[in-house]
Amino acid sequence: MDYFAQQLINGLVLGSIYGLIAIGYTMVYGIVGMINFAHGDIFMIGGFIALITFLILVSFGLTAIPLILLVVLLVSMAITALYGWTVERIAYRPLRHSFRLAPMLSAIGMSFVLTNYSQVAQGARVKPVPPIITGGYTLHEGAGGFVVQLSNIQIIVVITTVVLLALFTWLVSSTRLGRDMRACEQDQTMASLLGVDVDRTISMTFVIGAALAAVAGMMYLLYYGLVDFFMGFVAGIKAFTAAVLGGIGSLPGAMLGGLLIGLIETLWSAYFSVEYKDVAAFSILIVVLIFLPTGLLGRPEVEKV
Amino acid sequence: MSAPPAAQTSRAPGAAFILKKALISAFVALVLFSLMIGVRTEAGPQGQLIYWTRFGDLAAMVAAVFGGSIIVELLRQWWGPVGTVRIVPPSVQTTLAVARRGIAPVLLVFTFLVPVLFYDERYILDLAILVLTYVMLGWGLNVVVGLAGLLDLGYVAFYAVGAYSYALLATNFGLSFWICLPLAGILAAFWGVLLGFPVLRLRGDYLAIVTLAFGEIIRLVLINWQTLTGGPNGVTGIPRPTLFGIPLTPADDGLAALLGIEFSPTHRIVFLFYIILALALLTNWVTIRLRRLPLGRAWEALREDEVACRALGINTTTTKLTAFATGAMFGGIAGAFFATRQGFISPESFTFHESALVLAIVVLGGMGSQLGVALAALAMIGGFELFRGLDQYRMLVFGMAMVLLMIWRPRGLIGHRAPTVFLKSNQAISSDLVKEGHG
Repeated sequence: MDYFAQQLINGLVLGSIYGLIAIGYTMVYGIVGMINFAHGDIFMIGGFIALITFLILVSFGLTAIPLILLVVLLVSMAITALYGWTVERIAYRPLRHSFRLAPMLSAIGMSFVLTNYSQVAQGARVKPVPPIITGGYTLHEGAGGFVVQLSNIQIIVVITTVVLLALFTWLVSSTRLGRDMRACEQDQTMASLLGVDVDRTISMTFVIGAALAAVAGMMYLLYYGLVDFFMGFVAGIKAFTAAVLGGIGSLPGAMLGGLLIGLIETLWSAYFSVEYKDVAAFSILIVVLIFLPTGLLGRPEVEKV
Repeated sequence: MSAPPAAQTSRAPGAAFILKKALISAFVALVLFSLMIGVRTEAGPQGQLIYWTRFGDLAAMVAAVFGGSIIVELLRQWWGPVGTVRIVPPSVQTTLAVARRGIAPVLLVFTFLVPVLFYDERYILDLAILVLTYVMLGWGLNVVVGLAGLLDLGYVAFYAVGAYSYALLATNFGLSFWICLPLAGILAAFWGVLLGFPVLRLRGDYLAIVTLAFGEIIRLVLINWQTLTGGPNGVTGIPRPTLFGIPLTPADDGLAALLGIEFSPTHRIVFLFYIILALALLTNWVTIRLRRLPLGRAWEALREDEVACRALGINTTTTKLTAFATGAMFGGIAGAFFATRQGFISPESFTFHESALVLAIVVLGGMGSQLGVALAALAMIGGFELFRGLDQYRMLVFGMAMVLLMIWRPRGLIGHRAPTVFLKSNQAISSDLVKEGHG
């Protein structure tokens, strides 16, 4: 039981990270209708920028951990958001009204560019960082000596996710930008006729998605203590799986899907085999899509003749 | 191409505008590259991270973006607005049409002659075999994506199934290449049906992501099922193909000894070249024949409009399954060839990158145009080889080329198709009119 509780905590933390990435996929899919294959790599870039900022701050002699974390968060969000904007501007906007496969291939190409760009710029080796936030709480001490731990970093990841999610929900539901985004999602032509700047709204969608991915990248760095240039691919596929699982286009769905994928992966590793954890996540995706083709919270697609 | 001088002055750029745009680009580049290029991190001797700055590289990159932005803007002004119709004189048009009709036979004859022309150049022969393998893969995927309009991002799975089928059958049971070749095709087709069943209900991007997941599952199983597949170490010592049971070796019962000629390793390369050429042409021939059968027409109808298809009484389930199975079969056969050519396979050869490459070939080829796929394979693999020296930057350049090609020709290099059936005369149709299907 204690073991299960511990895995549950680990799964929720991992799921929060997936959920943050999945929001970027689901938002872009909702508005532009394309799979942003480069989004996983944006997450990786976010991790790298967080790492570099952290190194620079530490070498300047900063020691106040909360201040460091705040600066790292803001810097990585800002620069990664600019990456998201640039990717959209270069690779997707010229293909806005092209046929469906063109932006998808362009996105795959962009994903290769970003992966290899960071490999060339920062080297192929894994970058480890010493644990920045240590300590935690013991929740329960079991009979067999097994201890259920809740570390500070796990608390930070979950709280950051919840706060960002609340902020983001508020942004989508009650601001001008959010309204424009929802309008563009429903009907781009009509939205532009009513004075919504569609190009700007789509750009902002990419910017926000990239900023959330940057947070996920930073959390990944803090939680696992390493980044490498290839981590965006698998994380990206799993986050997309999460978005599809929750029902693509639905924001609460993306978070729910992320949590589920995180839990499935952790529990599978804990009880069955670590090697096949990715196989489990992908198999779940296939099974869910067979029985619930629109995901858990998605709207059914109406087929018009 | 050049516009009259008057028109040029009227859309004269305004140096201030270009400069402003270039400055903005340079500023964006400065922010983007500031940390990623300006600072280099590496694990130090004690395992802790150290960093050093590279402001020279950063300045060079920003300057390159600044200059590049000016050049791009000037080119854009010179080329005129996107979508301008350029009127080509009729004489040039007819010459082009003749050239287009002639290119396929000329290319075919040239391909047949490649081993004769480049007999002494091992590198070119190897490259030609590689290109032909991708031509075959492209034609195989073309059945699924180009004809039936089903977006498959996990095609490499069938390539892997074919390669491992042959490798395991040959190394464990000693079966010969020629027996394993159809077996590999059948096994891959079986996996195609297996994947096809669950995904039949899915459409568009859902299908894309499920096929992608399927490709990854196959690769992960190959890595982790160590007792069967050897895991990351792969399978070694895969036997080479024989010519009617005669091995192409320097041994006494080898082909060279039987013919009484001096043995040369090039014989085997040439032999492999003609095998893959024959297999690729077989794929092409089967596809062309199938397109004329009711089945092939059902595929294309499915791509154009699935609802109308159902209304006309076409069984969409079997139509999709046969498309999946046919495409998978060719992928499996190409995989078996890959295994025998390499003599060694490991899961590393079957990553998502391969799927993306083959899909890029099909889309660049114009989705459904057989000649286009062949030309696109030549351009992609040949271009990829050109950058072999720049090992680190190769994938970077490849990704950029993919983005730029999509922006430049979203409909592929060959922007038209030959219709499968026609009333009076065979007229090329623009591929803008062809639907890409919803999966």
